[in-house]
Amino acid sequence: MNNYSENARVNSAVTGVLGRYPDEPASLIGVLQDVQEELHYLPRVALEQIAHGLSVPRNQVYHVATFFKAFSLTPRGRHTIHICCGTACHLKGAGMIAEAIQSTLKTGDGETTEDGSFTVQTVRCLGCCSLAPAIMIDREVYGEVVPRALRRILGKYWEAESA
Amino acid sequence: MIKTPQELIAARDSVREHFFNGWTRIRVGMATCGLAGGAGKLFEAIREQNEKNNYGFFVAETGCNGACFLEPLVDVVLPGQGRITYANMKPSDIENLLLLTFGGRVYTKKAVARATSEHLLSDDTEIPYLQGVIQPDVQKVPPYSEAPFFKNQVRIALRNCGIIDPTSLDEYIAFGGYAGAAKALTQLQPEDVIDEIKRSGLRGRGGGGFPTGRKWEACRKANGAARFVICNADEGDPGAYMDRSIIEGDPHSIIEGMIIGAYAIGARIGYVYVREEYPLAVKRMRLAVQQAEAAGLLGENIFGSGFDFRIRISRGAGAFVCGEETGLIASIEGNAGTPRQRPPYPAQSGLWGMPTNINNVETWNNVPVIITRGAGWFSSIGTPSSKGTKVFSLVGKAKRVGLVEVPMGTSLREVVEQIGGGIQDGGEFKALQTGGPSGGCIPAAHLDCPVDYETLTSLGSMMGSGGMIVMDSRTCMVEMARYFLAFLKEESCGKCVPCREGTLRMLETLSAICEGRGRPEHLDLLKELSEAMADGSLCALGGSAPNPVRSTLHFFEEEYRAHIEERRCPARVCKALIEYQVVRESCTGCGACARVCPVKAAFGKKKAPHEINNGLCTRCGLCADACKFKAIKVA
Repeated sequence: MNNYSENARVNSAVTGVLGRYPDEPASLIGVLQDVQEELHYLPRVALEQIAHGLSVPRNQVYHVATFFKAFSLTPRGRHTIHICCGTACHLKGAGMIAEAIQSTLKTGDGETTEDGSFTVQTVRCLGCCSLAPAIMIDREVYGEVVPRALRRILGKYWEAESA
Repeated sequence: MIKTPQELIAARDSVREHFFNGWTRIRVGMATCGLAGGAGKLFEAIREQNEKNNYGFFVAETGCNGACFLEPLVDVVLPGQGRITYANMKPSDIENLLLLTFGGRVYTKKAVARATSEHLLSDDTEIPYLQGVIQPDVQKVPPYSEAPFFKNQVRIALRNCGIIDPTSLDEYIAFGGYAGAAKALTQLQPEDVIDEIKRSGLRGRGGGGFPTGRKWEACRKANGAARFVICNADEGDPGAYMDRSIIEGDPHSIIEGMIIGAYAIGARIGYVYVREEYPLAVKRMRLAVQQAEAAGLLGENIFGSGFDFRIRISRGAGAFVCGEETGLIASIEGNAGTPRQRPPYPAQSGLWGMPTNINNVETWNNVPVIITRGAGWFSSIGTPSSKGTKVFSLVGKAKRVGLVEVPMGTSLREVVEQIGGGIQDGGEFKALQTGGPSGGCIPAAHLDCPVDYETLTSLGSMMGSGGMIVMDSRTCMVEMARYFLAFLKEESCGKCVPCREGTLRMLETLSAICEGRGRPEHLDLLKELSEAMADGSLCALGGSAPNPVRSTLHFFEEEYRAHIEERRCPARVCKALIEYQVVRESCTGCGACARVCPVKAAFGKKKAPHEINNGLCTRCGLCADACKFKAIKVA
């Protein structure tokens, strides 16, 4: 995709999101969240457009976009794997799950696979402590995960990708 | 539309009649934990069979009843017989379950508990399901009052969770919902409401334990052109998930609590700040707000009282420090969530510089029943300084894990041993971690202590939001302290030096100990750093960050010494101090370990005992997980 059409895509996505929020600084985080969800990252042109649209200084938009963990300034994969590192999960082997996922997908924490299908990210707690260790892929939670079950879980997404 | 308290009562009675009048109803527990256990597929299977066979059952979803170890859960109300709870259900169970249910019988294989009536806490009425004689089938199922996980619990905050359909405003009303708001708005002056909450002794359930009534009063008395109320649903403590469960299972209880609080304080706008990691909670909360607006329970002139109130939903974006009041406010205003110096407290100058009152989910959820049942009833439960009940998330190495609600003052032992059923896999209890990452670890010797705010603080821990993580002898306390400090270092916003540098230095020191580079002087260094951080930090995150180190050093110093002096990890957790070994007698040479090893450290000939090259091994543990013959041991 060339730069021009990419910018047009970003522009229309941001315009759509801005239309759903009142034009005020307090809308900033909600707008960033929706744009992040739609584009899987926050490109520079999007940040500039949001700053202009909400009348917020660009440095503040950048500050917020880099403060919160939910935002990424580089493109994320089509699926995000959140590995819970909460206390209960840690106790029950979240570290091993993280290593298994990262070695299966050949990525590090916070990184995206080469083919752009998955981003792997550790998170502080998914609130599924009774199902520890837990992971969440996009919005679906998997509990009591063991390393040997990972291929089966990930397989579902691989199949959907190749279909 | 519900415009008057009389209309509310009429709505309540008509839904109540439908609820208890003898229709067969099936409920699937579809909170996040149930869904992760496969409840979505169950729900579909039930709907499909119900339609295919023309059973005519009412099928709906419900929240989580707290017994997460039994997920996925299905509840069936058999006409005239009661509510029967089925546990660990699979889609393959559904055909038999529905067939038996259609014949008015019980699928005894998976039935774990039954209720013959429902106690509606809000107006203290007991409504029986039972008509006539209990069938022999039903009799075989133990009542809830005898089920080990439930019998010692007292449910106020979780009163509706797992019983009502969280997407139904009608059912919340049928169980006495919005009666507290109706009473407050039409019968009580704002000052009376504050007085009632003060006399109830309710204290903040989010961690600090500040008296709720006093907080409200301070906000009401502060000068400002507008006032705000906020529900803190940014449940950040890892290991605690009661707020998620309450929002997912009973969202209207929070709205009702906020209406009452806003009326008492004089606020016309409220915010619910929910963390984005809880997508289902966000969805349920949005729906509940829409329903309340459509019914006239939010908006203008609520219950004809002249009081206007609206709720907006704000999503958190993944920052632990936003659980701190001033960080949370900054985030709602659209800024990075960095805390600021207090005073002024939010009660004087909060959101947009106006008086603002923040309570957490469980606190708001307690408010409606205090208004309907009265301060006297609420304060009769608990201890002299800690009133009511508290929900704990009992997780970790306990046999029965889930959300448990007990009166304040219940002993830790009762929670861990009687409700939790002790340690799983025959392990040995070592410590109970409470209070989230800035809490502490309580050893076996103190298990008979009552749970209340003061006792937990005196043990070097705290109530926090109510996480209770059970640790067994395979948990390394030094590594746990390192884990918490790694968390706090990551979440420190960096504004003040004691917290930013203190958490970093502590983490470095603890990592050195875990990695076998510990020196005896490290222990003094940790103690010194603890004091500096506790005294000098700007907000509670830094001030309480040394707690995990202090409490583990206090109760488990010998474990630190084993790491430092003997280069040994007694729990066999710290990677630098352990080795994986093959038990030759048990190894069949199947090669599973060699296949999963990411660094090719496990090797051997087919059908011959394998070996592990500890020079290459990264101690990831995948080989031990893959071995079906338990032939790989940690030494």
